Amino acid sequence: MIPAEFDYTAPETLQEAISALAEGGEDAKLLAGGHSLLPLMKLRLAAPSLLVDIRRVAGLHGVERQNGDWRIGALTTHATLARSAQLGVVATVASTIADPQVRNRGTIGGSLAHGDAAADLPAAMLVCEAEVTLQGPGGQRSVAAADLFKDYLTTAVAPDEVLTEVRVPALDGWGHGHQKFNRRSEDWAMVGVCVVVKSNGGTCEDVRVGLTNMGPVPLRATAVEEALRGRDLTAESIAAAAEHAADGTNPPAELNATADYKRHLARVMTRRAIQQAVGG
Amino acid sequence: MTVTDQAPAGRHVGRPLRRKEDPRLLAGRARYIDDITLPGTLWAAFVRSPEAHARILSVDKSAALERAGVHAVFVGEDLADLAGPLPLAWVPPGVEVNNPEHWPLARGAVKHVGDPVAVVIGEDRYAVVDAAADVVVDYEPLPAVTDPELALKGAPFVHEQFATNETHRWSLGGGDLDAGFAEADVVVERRVVNHRTAGAPMEPRGVLADYRAGTLTLWSSTQVPHFLRLFLAILLGMSEERVRVIAPEVGGGFGSKLQVYGEEVLAAWASRKLGQPVKWIETRSENLAVTHQGRDQIDYVKIGAKRDGTLTALHVQIIADLGAYNMLLTPAIPALGAFVMSGVYRIPAVQTDIVGVFTNKCPTDAIRGAGRPEATHLIEVTMDQLAHELGMDRLELRRRNFIPKDQFPAEVAFGIVYDSGDYEKTLEKLLEHVDLDAFRREQEELRARGVYRGIGFSTYTEICGLAPTRAVGPQGFGNQAGFWESAMVRVHNTGAVTAYTGASPHGQGHETTFAQIVADRLGVDPEVVEIVHGDTATGPEGRNTYGSRSLAVGGEALARCAVKIADKARAIVAHKLEAAPEDIELVDDRFVVRGSPDRGMTLAEVAGAAYLNEVPEGMEPGLETTTFWDPDNFVFPFGAHACIVDVDPETGKVTVQRYVAVDDCGHAINPLVIDGQVHGGIAHAIGQALYEQVQYDDRGQLVTGTFVNYGLPTASELPSFETDRTETPSPVNSLGVKGIGEAGTIAASPAVTNAVIDALRPLGVDYVNMPLSPMRIWDAIQGANREGGSQS
Ligand SMILES: Cc1cc2nc3c(=O)[nH]c(=O)nc-3n(C[C@H](O)[C@H](O)[C@H](O)COP(=O)(O)OP(=O)(O)OC[C@H]3O[C@@H](n4cnc5c(N)ncnc54)[C@H](O)[C@@H]3O)c2cc1C
Repeated sequence: MIPAEFDYTAPETLQEAISALAEGGEDAKLLAGGHSLLPLMKLRLAAPSLLVDIRRVAGLHGVERQNGDWRIGALTTHATLARSAQLGVVATVASTIADPQVRNRGTIGGSLAHGDAAADLPAAMLVCEAEVTLQGPGGQRSVAAADLFKDYLTTAVAPDEVLTEVRVPALDGWGHGHQKFNRRSEDWAMVGVCVVVKSNGGTCEDVRVGLTNMGPVPLRATAVEEALRGRDLTAESIAAAAEHAADGTNPPAELNATADYKRHLARVMTRRAIQQAVGG
Repeated sequence: MTVTDQAPAGRHVGRPLRRKEDPRLLAGRARYIDDITLPGTLWAAFVRSPEAHARILSVDKSAALERAGVHAVFVGEDLADLAGPLPLAWVPPGVEVNNPEHWPLARGAVKHVGDPVAVVIGEDRYAVVDAAADVVVDYEPLPAVTDPELALKGAPFVHEQFATNETHRWSLGGGDLDAGFAEADVVVERRVVNHRTAGAPMEPRGVLADYRAGTLTLWSSTQVPHFLRLFLAILLGMSEERVRVIAPEVGGGFGSKLQVYGEEVLAAWASRKLGQPVKWIETRSENLAVTHQGRDQIDYVKIGAKRDGTLTALHVQIIADLGAYNMLLTPAIPALGAFVMSGVYRIPAVQTDIVGVFTNKCPTDAIRGAGRPEATHLIEVTMDQLAHELGMDRLELRRRNFIPKDQFPAEVAFGIVYDSGDYEKTLEKLLEHVDLDAFRREQEELRARGVYRGIGFSTYTEICGLAPTRAVGPQGFGNQAGFWESAMVRVHNTGAVTAYTGASPHGQGHETTFAQIVADRLGVDPEVVEIVHGDTATGPEGRNTYGSRSLAVGGEALARCAVKIADKARAIVAHKLEAAPEDIELVDDRFVVRGSPDRGMTLAEVAGAAYLNEVPEGMEPGLETTTFWDPDNFVFPFGAHACIVDVDPETGKVTVQRYVAVDDCGHAINPLVIDGQVHGGIAHAIGQALYEQVQYDDRGQLVTGTFVNYGLPTASELPSFETDRTETPSPVNSLGVKGIGEAGTIAASPAVTNAVIDALRPLGVDYVNMPLSPMRIWDAIQGANREGGSQS
């Protein structure tokens, strides 16, 4: 449980952080909450030569409303998100991450840049159709959540870029639901489903369904969405739509769950999450 | 068996005194191994096998030795001057145990993932870990076997030299089994799997060895400092008085620190070799890979009964997966279960046949309950299966077969004598807490809404207070030791008391309960009774803590020791006050003359006289004495537990809604401490039933090496336990006490399993083995759907 040797720097500004990353080269890594990176280092599955700790960088914290969006600083912790009920599905999802210690340290930027297939926030970003801002030596760019997650632990964030903020469209008037299936309350999701629904007099105007841990990256269950959009939201229509939750997925088997079981869980959790979102 | 004077309801005994140890534990002021540093300490890091089974072709130390601050790298062959391999202390008369040599560092081959191949010793805790990664080991992988039933069929062999993977066979039985089964109207057979678990103490192991000027002082996070001293002396060729072992604060053991570990021997050996202190602190990953594990049995159970439920015979074939080596007690563990195979029932014929098996996995040995949880699980689960087969109420079947309370002491079919019991009473008390009729109504209503709720019971007894030496020592079961316990009481000039016990607690609360026992006998406050333990250089020889023995053996030794002091105090008081010793009695905090309560002395006054040699003619001055005590019998706690669970029929997930435990551990010395032990014990068993499982893939790779995948439950997974007690004194000791450290763990897993099966029966599931993981239950439901009904 002792990591390999590494250097450490804690810059005060974003520019310094970006330069430190660039100078550190291939093996330099940003450090935010450390709750994904440090365990990997202790197990010696990662051995960065330099850690650039960005926790002192000003301006990367907090949640604020800007017009129709919520602007969330990259260093905002899961605990802060969980307390920010105005964020809707994001707050609900954040409250189910691990345990209080992890929520008090882990950050949204770290979680999204890391891209763990079982992490909870990425699917929430998909259903909110959020966008992240990345800053690198060459300047700033925006990436939509749908384009952020590339493969297992691989995201669009380049090694020399810092994810600075997340823009989450405020889904005012939408309902949301979230189901995380795990064995112990602080476990990673075996399967997770988050849902946002816009309904009008019992009819589904729009719906978005995000799946966690059903593949190398978070997925939108588009077949479910299509089956429900424009329909009356009844127990039957929801159940019928949820049957499509695992369509086209190829989830990895894990220690106590086969792919088949996970597909089954996805269907059950999707039905429950939609019901929860419509207040059923 | 002598029935000595029963404990009076004392001033302190019986009270829920808060634990004296807790302030330092809660405030972070306790001193564990890792808090102890000595000048010049070197650190050790182990190079461990990534292979489940392989020949070691070569070890290249050169890169590691080049690292700054590295003093040495050792491999197995470097330890040639050890007097022998690591010990197996069980030599059962008339039984052959295949016992491969097991060294602190592997010699020639590795037999499981994590087997140590080399050790790096250097100045810096971090650098030795880096250097260990620089040691290059060339392995020639060999085929591995992890399934004990496959292993019994033949090659590959874990140890070629035996040409079998069978370690030994051992049986215990009594009564006419054939007649019993012939008489039975109904016979139920089940294959009960009791999977492998880890002890997972909060504090992993650790050792600090300091050899200087011919003397070794070794601190270890151990349950057994005295055993460790003996074996260190033997293996290092040292005279025993030159070895001192100290168990400082020990952060839990659960049996996993009842061991003589290679790392302990190696640290001592290396300190002698290098002339500097050597320290090693186990990582959590090492703890989950190489600290001995528990359970891992496949039990073929066959039980016979008449139509009216009367049991006629029980046969159990245990296949015990012992892992790659025999450690201190490895092959003896399943046998402990055989001792309670009759459960709380009158069964005319009972037979347990055990076969031990080597596999390429971490060795197993004692983990909380050690054989008895496995036995209780299979009995109590099978009783439910039998009741279903008979169409009989599960509790009615149990009641019909309970050993009645007027038959104690009760001898069971294979000769073990239960000291005392009243099984009806604990069950009745349990049912005062659990309204069964109301539960059944609620269960019906919930099912109508798709919620599957179930209730399960476990009525258990267990064997503890290890142990009468004649029964378990060399002449009996075959352990090469005596199992008495010692105590020494020293009253200081001021009347404060230091009491030394040979027990070696690691979280149980002896400093509180033992102080209560002494306080009552000497008329002082428990606050001024200091209990000293865990250091071979203070107090008498000891036999330490395991097998729920501390109170029933060590506490009794201490009580007897305190009585001797009280007797001397009475003689001194009689002398000083010119009365007859028989007329002196202890009333509250004074030894007084019977009939004249104003004439008396406090213990402080007695001590003053004793140290001024104002004692009767011919009596020694001072106020201090030692006692050794070996019990005549084991003690047999018992109880009745109920568990209520909800099973989500769509996902298979189980949630424990309620857990109610009524336990009887004889006289309650401290109800608060008892509750604490029961809570932890139940949590341990719920952990096994629902979440915890050590898993290897079929190539022998450990796939549960961290707490992410080894599912230790936390508070969120557990209900608020409801506990109650009955008190049926044991006639075996003057305190009337039994043990409670393992009872919860022994009792609880069948209650959980039976509850889950009760919930699932309407879905056509009749039986399911632990661990009751969501997918396993979902699979069982799917299977029942496919078959359109039961599998039994
Ligand atoms: C016991 C445990 C249980 C957990 N359970 C869950 C769970 O159930 N669900 C869940 O979602 N998560 C879980 N986590 C992960 C936790 O949420 C992490 O905190 C999170 O995934 C990463 O955030 P961090 O701030 O800790 O990132 P770090 O560990 O500091 O960094 C992670 C990676 O992201 C990079 N990075 C960090 N910040 C930035 C940035 N601003 N820009 C670019 N790159 C960056 C780092 O270089 C690193 O590669 C668990 C963690 C632990 C230790």
